[in-house]
Amino acid sequence: MSAQGPALGERQRAAIEERGPGPVGVTLSVNGEERSLEIEPRVSLLDALREHLELTGAKKGCDQGTCGACTVRVDDRRVLACLTLAMTCEGREVTTVEGLAEHGELHAMQRAFIAEDAFQCGYCTPGQIMSAVALLEEGHAGDDAEIKEWMSGNLCRCAAYPHIRAAIRSVRDGQRR
Amino acid sequence: MTATAPPAPAIGQSLDRVDGRQKVTGAARYSAEIPLHGIAYAHLVGARIAGGRITAVDAGAARAADGVLAVLTHENLEKIASLPPLLPSLAGSAAPGQTFFPMQDATVHYAGQPVAVVVADTHERARHAASLVRVRYEESSSVTTIDQGRDQAYEPEAIFADFIPGRSGRGDIEAGIAQAEALVQGEFSYAANHHNPIEPSATTAQWDGDELVLHDATQGVNATRLTVAALLGLPITKVRVVSHFVGGSFGSKAMIWHHPALAAMAAREVGRPVKLSLTREQMFTSCGHREEQEQRITLGATRDGKLTALRHHKLSPTSPFDHWAEPSLGVASQIYGCPHYEGVYRLIRANTMTPTFTRCPGEASGMHALECSMDELAQQLGLDPLELRLRNISDTDPATGHPWSSSGLKECYERGAARFGWHDRDPEPGRRREGHWLIGTGMATAGYPVYQPNNPQRARARIYADGTAVVQAATPDFGTGVATVMTQVAAETLGISVDRCRFENGDTDLPNISAAVGSSGAGMISAAVHTAAKALRDQLVTRAVADSGSPLHGADPATVTVRDGVMTAGSDAESYADLLRRNFQPDAEASGAWMPAEATEQYGMMTFGAQFAEVAVDAELGLIRVRRLTGAFAPGRVLNPKTCRSQLIGGMLWGLGQALLESNRMQPRTGRWANSNLGEYLIAVNADVPDVDIELVDVEDRIVNPLGVKGVGEVGQVGVSAAIANAVHHATGRRVRKVPITIEDML
Amino acid sequence: MRPITYARAADAATAIAAVSADPGSAFLAGGTTEVDLLRQNVLTPRHLIDINDLPLNSIEPQPDGALRIGALARMSDVAADPLVRERYPMIAQALELGASAQLRHMASMGGNMMQRVRCSYFRDAESPCNKREPGTGCPAIEGVSRGHAVLGVSEHCVATHPSDVAVALAALQARVHTQGPGEETHAYAFDDFFLLPGSTPDREHPLAHGELITAIEVPAVPVARRSLYLKVRDRESYEFALVSVAAALSLVDGTIADVRLALGGVATRPWRAMHAEDFLIGAVAQRANFEQAARVELSTARPTPMNAFKVELAQRAMVRALETLANGSPA
Repeated sequence: MSAQGPALGERQRAAIEERGPGPVGVTLSVNGEERSLEIEPRVSLLDALREHLELTGAKKGCDQGTCGACTVRVDDRRVLACLTLAMTCEGREVTTVEGLAEHGELHAMQRAFIAEDAFQCGYCTPGQIMSAVALLEEGHAGDDAEIKEWMSGNLCRCAAYPHIRAAIRSVRDGQRR
Repeated sequence: MTATAPPAPAIGQSLDRVDGRQKVTGAARYSAEIPLHGIAYAHLVGARIAGGRITAVDAGAARAADGVLAVLTHENLEKIASLPPLLPSLAGSAAPGQTFFPMQDATVHYAGQPVAVVVADTHERARHAASLVRVRYEESSSVTTIDQGRDQAYEPEAIFADFIPGRSGRGDIEAGIAQAEALVQGEFSYAANHHNPIEPSATTAQWDGDELVLHDATQGVNATRLTVAALLGLPITKVRVVSHFVGGSFGSKAMIWHHPALAAMAAREVGRPVKLSLTREQMFTSCGHREEQEQRITLGATRDGKLTALRHHKLSPTSPFDHWAEPSLGVASQIYGCPHYEGVYRLIRANTMTPTFTRCPGEASGMHALECSMDELAQQLGLDPLELRLRNISDTDPATGHPWSSSGLKECYERGAARFGWHDRDPEPGRRREGHWLIGTGMATAGYPVYQPNNPQRARARIYADGTAVVQAATPDFGTGVATVMTQVAAETLGISVDRCRFENGDTDLPNISAAVGSSGAGMISAAVHTAAKALRDQLVTRAVADSGSPLHGADPATVTVRDGVMTAGSDAESYADLLRRNFQPDAEASGAWMPAEATEQYGMMTFGAQFAEVAVDAELGLIRVRRLTGAFAPGRVLNPKTCRSQLIGGMLWGLGQALLESNRMQPRTGRWANSNLGEYLIAVNADVPDVDIELVDVEDRIVNPLGVKGVGEVGQVGVSAAIANAVHHATGRRVRKVPITIEDML
Repeated sequence: MRPITYARAADAATAIAAVSADPGSAFLAGGTTEVDLLRQNVLTPRHLIDINDLPLNSIEPQPDGALRIGALARMSDVAADPLVRERYPMIAQALELGASAQLRHMASMGGNMMQRVRCSYFRDAESPCNKREPGTGCPAIEGVSRGHAVLGVSEHCVATHPSDVAVALAALQARVHTQGPGEETHAYAFDDFFLLPGSTPDREHPLAHGELITAIEVPAVPVARRSLYLKVRDRESYEFALVSVAAALSLVDGTIADVRLALGGVATRPWRAMHAEDFLIGAVAQRANFEQAARVELSTARPTPMNAFKVELAQRAMVRALETLANGSPA
C-alpha cells in the first residue's frame, strides 16, 4: 500500500531539513537560559546536559529508562532525559535540578529532602526531587498509596523511600513553605 | 594529658547531612562528572563467551570510526607490573576484587570479561565504535551454575582470602544431634544478587607527566591507589585518588576491580584524560556479585527448646581464580548458645567472576537459613518463636567463649516485640484474612560482627586563629553520612560548634583510612577523628596552662573544659582563637592514629537486633506484600540518630528485596546473566516499601573503640528475609526455602 | 547507537513521504522504546523523522459514540481524560499501571501499539533471535523464559507482547487508523493489527514501511463502563505484567449479558479471550463458570518449564477479574 517515491522522499526530507549525522548546532533553553552546543543528533538530552553543558545534576543510572535518575522537566512535564534525544527539545524549556533553587534559595522540596534525610548517597536524589515536584503539580500526592505509586519510577538503592514520602508529605502539607 | 570531656552537644544529635545541599542541588560531583579539558571516553567490550580463547580480534572498523583515539585489546594493552593478592580492602592493602587482570592474554574465563577498551572523543562515538569491534572466539565448555558443577564440588582449606577456614566446629556434632529431642532439617537455595548502586562504577583518569590522578567511585581511596599502583608498577606517591561523592556501593565498590587501572592505561595511551563509566549492563559483570548458593541446615534442640546441635553446610560457585564464598556461616554459628556445631563450605569452580562483598555478605544469607529453621523448630516445639530465641541467648560468644563487648539483644527482642505488637499473635498459621489477603507475622534475630582494621587509622585536625577547624581523613562518603557524623565527632571532641568545623575527606592526600567496609566505617573513623581532635585539644590546653599570658596559666589541665571554642578552668577562660592570635600562630594542628587494642581479642564483638515483619499474601494470585517492618537494634553509641536510622531502614529494605524480589538467573547454555538491567533485576520501588519502624536500644560498649560505636550499615538487613519468610508461613502455612520467594512459589 | 540524522516534520504527509522513501528511515515519537533500542543496536535506522509536532494528539468523541484517540496523545493524557475514565475504566487503569509517570508523559499511544518486545534475547543485539534476524533461532525457548508467552507462540518466537493498554484495546475491539504515502488512509481491526509470530516473528504488524498510525478508535462499548484492568507482577509497580486481564462484564438477573476479556503478559500479542467470552455469554455469573471459561481460554497454552505457572496464574487472574466485576466492585 505504500507507493515508493524516492524522488518525492528526497524532496520532502530536504524540505524538513535533515541534520546530522555529524555534529550540528543546537540551541536548548535550559533553566531559563539559551545554551548553544554542537552535538550529533544521536546525543541524548541527558548526555547533552552532562557532557556538553556541565549540568551533571541529572544522573545516569541506567541509560535505559529503568531507574528515573535522569528525570528532568521538559516544558511542564517530568520526563526521562536518557530516552529523550537532545534535538527533540529545541523550542522547549528544559528544567534540571540546578534550575530549581531560585536566587540561591532552595526549593521547598529540596529543603524537605534535607530535613527528612530523604537520601543517602544522593545519586538518585536530583531525579527524585524533580519527580516529587512534578508529582505535587500533577496532583498525585493525595495519600501515601498514591505517592508510592506515582514515585515508583524513581529507584533509590539506599531505599530512602519512607523518608522521600515524608519529604513529599511535608511539602504537600505546607509545613516548609 | 587528661582533660575531662565537655558536655555532649554534637555527638548523638540528629544533624542534617553536611553535604545535603550539594546533593539536592545537583552540585555534588561524582566520579564521572569531573570537568576536565580534552577528556576522552572509554568504553569496555566484554567477552560473549563464558570460557575459551580469543582467536582473532578485528578492530579495523572500530579504529576507522569517527573520533576513535585507541582500541586496546590483549594484543596491544600494556602488561601489568604485578598482580597483588586478593585481600579484603579493610586490610588496608591493595585489594583487587579477583586474582586476575584481563586483556593480558587470549584466555576467556567468564562472560563479560573485558576483551577490549575503545577510547574516543565523545561518549557516543566510543560506545558505537565498541560495537564495531569484532572478536572471534573458540568456545570451550563452561560451568556457571550449581547444577552444572555439583559433581565437581570441593571443600577448600580456607575461603575469603584465606581468612576463614573451610570447615569449623565445636563440641561433637553427632552427639548433639543424638541428644536432640526435636530436629529440623532444611535445604535453602538463594538466587545470585547484584549490588546495583544507582551510580554505575566510574573512573576518570588524568596523567600529569608520570603522576596519575584518579577520580574513582570507591569505598576506599587508598585501596584504589594501592591496587592501581601495583598493577601499573607506579610508586605509591605517584598515584592520587579522589572520591568526594560516591553514588552508593553496597560492596560493589569495596574491592578494586579492573576499570580504574584500565582507565589509567587508556589515558596514558591517548595522552588525554579518560573517563571510563560502566554501563548498567556491565555492572553485572564487572564488580562481582553475591553468589548463587545452597545451604543445608540441621538444628537439634531439647524438648524445652535449648539448642543441642547446629550443622550448617554451604555450597556455592566461585571463580577460576579464588576460593571465595561470602561467609554465610559466621554469625549463624555465634548468635545462639549451642554446644555442638559443624560448619562446612564447599565450592565449585565456575566461569564467573570472583563473587564479592554484597551488603551483609554472608550474614544475611546464613541467618536466613538459621532463622527460618528456628521458626520451624518453634512450631515443632509449640513455643513462641521469640520465646525460643530468648531461651538460647548466649552471654558469651559461642565460637570462643569470650564475653560480648556489649549485647542488648534481650532488650531488642523485648522492645521490638512491644512496638510491633508481637505478643497478640495467634501462632496458628492461616488464621487472619482481610478480603483476598492472608495476613501473617514473623520475626528473626539480627547480628552483625564488629569488624576491626588491622592497621592504623589516621586523621588530622587543624584549628585556625579564627576558631574554625578542619578535620581530615581519606575516607570517601558513599552515602553512609560519614562526613556528617565525623563533623560531629570532631566538633564535640574539640569543644567547638559543628558549624565551625569542617570535615574533609575522599582524597589519598589526606590521612590514611582503610576502606570503610563491613560496617566498620563509623567505628574506626570516629576513633581516628576522635584521637586527632583530642590531641589538638590537649595541645591547646597544654599550651594555655603553660602560657603566662593566658588567663588559664597554671590551671590543672584536667580541670579545663572547652565549649564553643572557649577553654575554661574555674572562672578563667580563653578561646582557642585568642590563644593562637596572642601568640601569632595562624593555626595549630595535630594528628591522631588509632588501632584496636589487643584487649578486643578477649571479647566477642557483635551488633545485635531483632526483626519483625507483617506480610499480606494473596494466595490465589501469589502476591506477597510487606505491610510493616519493625527493627530494634543495639549499635552502641549512635553518632547521629537521623543518619543511623536511614542506614538501618535501607538495610531492612534490602532484606525485603532479598526475600521477595532480587534474583539474577544464569543462562546455563551461554554462561551469561539473563537479567542484567534494572527492568528485570528487580530492586524494590517506592510502592513495594512500607514505612519502617526503628527502635534504637542504648548499650555502652567500652571495648570496641573509643566512642563505643558498633556500626549500622549492615545489621539492619540481617534476619529481615527470614522474618518475611516466617511471616509468609504464618499467613499461608507454606514454608518456602528459597529466596526470593516469588509468585510461582505461592501458587 | 549508530550515527543518525534528525529531522522534525510539521505535517503528516511530509513525515510519511520522508520515511517511506527510505528503508533506513524511521518515525520518532515518544522515543521510550526506540531510543533505548537504538542504543542497544537492536534498531538501526539511519534517519529519524521526529513526528512529535504533528497535530495528532487530540482525544475526541465521535458521533457514533466511539472515541478517537490521536496517535500522539501521551499515555498520561489518555489516562487522565474524563471520557476515557468514564467510558473505559480498563483503558485508564491499564495506562496507569504501565511503566512510570515519566514514561507515560513521553510515550505516545501510537508508539505504544508499535512497542517492541522485552525478551532479553531480542534486546541483546548479538544473541540469535528470529524476530531481530530471521533464521538465527530462538534461544528463549530453551533459555530463561519466565516472562515469555504461553499463548500464540511458535517454534520461532515466544516473546510476550509487552503493552498493557493494548490488552484493554483488544478487549474493546479498537481500530487502528493509519495513513500511507499517497495520503491514503486505512483502518485495521485490532486483531488484524497484531500478527502472531508464526514463522515470521520479524513481522509484527501489517503496516507498510512509512505507514503512520494517526489514531486509535475505541468503539462505543457500553459494557466497558463496568470494567477493570488487573495486573499481576512481582514488583508492586514499574514492571511489565506477568499476567494481566482486561475485563468488562454486565449481568442481567445473574446471567452474563455481555462480557469482554483480554489477556496480557501471556501471549505474543494482546490476547482477546474469545473462547472464554463465547463460553460466558449467557452463562450464570458464578465462579465455576469463570473457572471453566478461563480453562477453555488457556487450553491451547504451550508453556516452557520455566513459565508453566503462567497458565495457572492467568486462569486465576481471569477468575479474580470476573468475580470482582460480578460482585459489583470494579476496582
